[in-house]
Amino acid sequence: MDFMGITPSVLIASLMVASVPIMLAAIGELVVEKAGVLNLGVEGMMIMGAICGFVTAVGTGSPLLGFLGGAAGGAALSVIFALLTQVFLTNQVATGLALTLFGLGLSSLIGQDYVGIKPPATGAIPFGPLRDIPFFGKVFFSHDWMVYASVAIIALVWAGLKFTRAGLILRAVGEGHDAAHALGYKVIRIRVLAILFGGAMAGLGGAYISLVRVPQWTDGITSGAGWIALAIVVFASWKPWRVLIGSYLFGGITVLQLNLQAAGARIPVEYLSMSPYLMTIIVLVIMSSGKGRASLNAPASLGQNFHASR
Amino acid sequence: MKRRTLLATAALALGMTVGGGAFAAGMDHVKACFVYVGPIGDGGYTYQHNQGRLDLEKALGDKVETAYQESVPEGADAERVLTQMALGGCNIIFTTSFGYMDATNAVAKKFPDVKFEHATGFKRESPNVSTYNARFYEGRVVQGTIAGMMTKSNKIGYIGSYPIPEVLRGLNAYYLAAKKVNPDVELSVIWAYTWFDPAKEADAAKAMIEQGVDVIAQHTDSTAPLAEAAKTPGVIGFGQASDMAAYKPSPRVTSTIDNWGPYYIKRVQALLDGTYEQTDSWEGIASGEVEIGEITDALPPEVKAAAEAARDAIADGSRHAFTGPINKQDGTAWLADGQTPPDGDLLGMNFYVEGIKGDIPQ
Repeated sequence: MDFMGITPSVLIASLMVASVPIMLAAIGELVVEKAGVLNLGVEGMMIMGAICGFVTAVGTGSPLLGFLGGAAGGAALSVIFALLTQVFLTNQVATGLALTLFGLGLSSLIGQDYVGIKPPATGAIPFGPLRDIPFFGKVFFSHDWMVYASVAIIALVWAGLKFTRAGLILRAVGEGHDAAHALGYKVIRIRVLAILFGGAMAGLGGAYISLVRVPQWTDGITSGAGWIALAIVVFASWKPWRVLIGSYLFGGITVLQLNLQAAGARIPVEYLSMSPYLMTIIVLVIMSSGKGRASLNAPASLGQNFHASR
Repeated sequence: MKRRTLLATAALALGMTVGGGAFAAGMDHVKACFVYVGPIGDGGYTYQHNQGRLDLEKALGDKVETAYQESVPEGADAERVLTQMALGGCNIIFTTSFGYMDATNAVAKKFPDVKFEHATGFKRESPNVSTYNARFYEGRVVQGTIAGMMTKSNKIGYIGSYPIPEVLRGLNAYYLAAKKVNPDVELSVIWAYTWFDPAKEADAAKAMIEQGVDVIAQHTDSTAPLAEAAKTPGVIGFGQASDMAAYKPSPRVTSTIDNWGPYYIKRVQALLDGTYEQTDSWEGIASGEVEIGEITDALPPEVKAAAEAARDAIADGSRHAFTGPINKQDGTAWLADGQTPPDGDLLGMNFYVEGIKGDIPQ
């Protein structure tokens, strides 16, 4: 069953892979924003994760340690953001943008000696006979473990936010930090932990780019994936499962437009390339209209700094 | 203080220009500046330009001082960077990407005493703008020959950056060379609309491989398509701009290397000697500006021999990448039997040759 030379199962399988980095970064950012912090430094944390993961994987020869290194690298960069915004109460938007620029520069510096090196390969999980099931075998059982891990992380974040006490506290901090403070919750501490989680997830997403998707290091390797992740959080109106859908949609369109071109379809690629961003703009417009139900879902304290003296 | 010295130097230079013969007196010291479209660590196009800059430093020692700026966007930013460089005391500025064409010419008008060298362009609006290019499409003949012989699915791919003459020349040359050795070959084209985006380039290669393409040529700057090709046994590709030796012996079976060093040395030396003149340089395999990287033993001996023969035939002039009869995609005649095109046709190439499917995006 092919459409214009494109096999649907293969297309779905490759869009699942293409979506992993933005999905991880977006779910991390979702938690950060749920805690009331707007960190625009996702791109910077992703690329730090990409280089730190790459360096670790090349140094140790283990892709698993590489991913841990990537998460650590992203988290390390987010410590700077946490320190500046939570302790010194700097403007979150400006600090986040600066974090991106800093991350891009620093990663390039660290990566100087790693250009043209191949990292150890992350193989697909051997599912054996399951892989031979028509359609589903290719779609669900042909991936490396990070693809499954990213979906598992979405499920964990969803369950954590919805069903656990910690999730409730995190949301309380994001919705009304003064009220949460009055109840005795440590607003700053909770936000710092959320920022670290966001950094680690962005780093993990970055490491997936440099270790699996592109398998190499080059300057600027994330090339804007962090911004798409930020857009997805808004697109998903801060709901974990919608992050999954949004990532597949955004990742899917990129893969689809390339496949259509390779198949020789006469569709202007420019329209497909811009469609994810168009969707984001539409969502933003609906949300800012103030009437849509989605607009109620934005954390009320998003982007506001907290100090106990106020 | 420094600015004042600079102005004095500029005034002196201007005086000399008026006095007689532009820069006839030569210079003791040249500051050469470079504008790069990507990061110098891209492992491809910009990396090679930077190697040329390093060659220049090595060859001319303390007579030359170099500066560069990387990842400069093509557009308004380029004009700002160029102005800054011209004000900052650069004597000669190399702008290394096609998209800097208008910015280069605009800034050159404002700084008649600074020499501008624009890579791969064709506009020389003022006497201080020269253009230089390399006949990269000659390397595509070698790649196309290998592609035509090596493909099992008869589907070969080309990842293009932007649909500009520079890229279309390579694409057409690649297809024609492949078709010459394998009449059944089909070309699949993806326009990435970027010179450098590893993730997108890898996805493009992946999309091609999924559709049965087994030889991928790229006209984008990163090594990502090769990294993607390496994941699937039997798929081969080529080093673009740089040798990309990390992917030897396969998937990278050969490469087209941009060797800019000799040109940079020649031009700066001319400036030092006072023999500098406006030029339009377009050299190829014969003069070494386009180098064909090692053809690896991953290829069967007869393919390797054919590729080497193609390379040597182009070097000695017995073969041209475009030799008639060639029709354009719409069936109209372009070149008659045995005819080769004038450079003007090549520089403005804006069509697919007959046999390539699909449209060029406008």
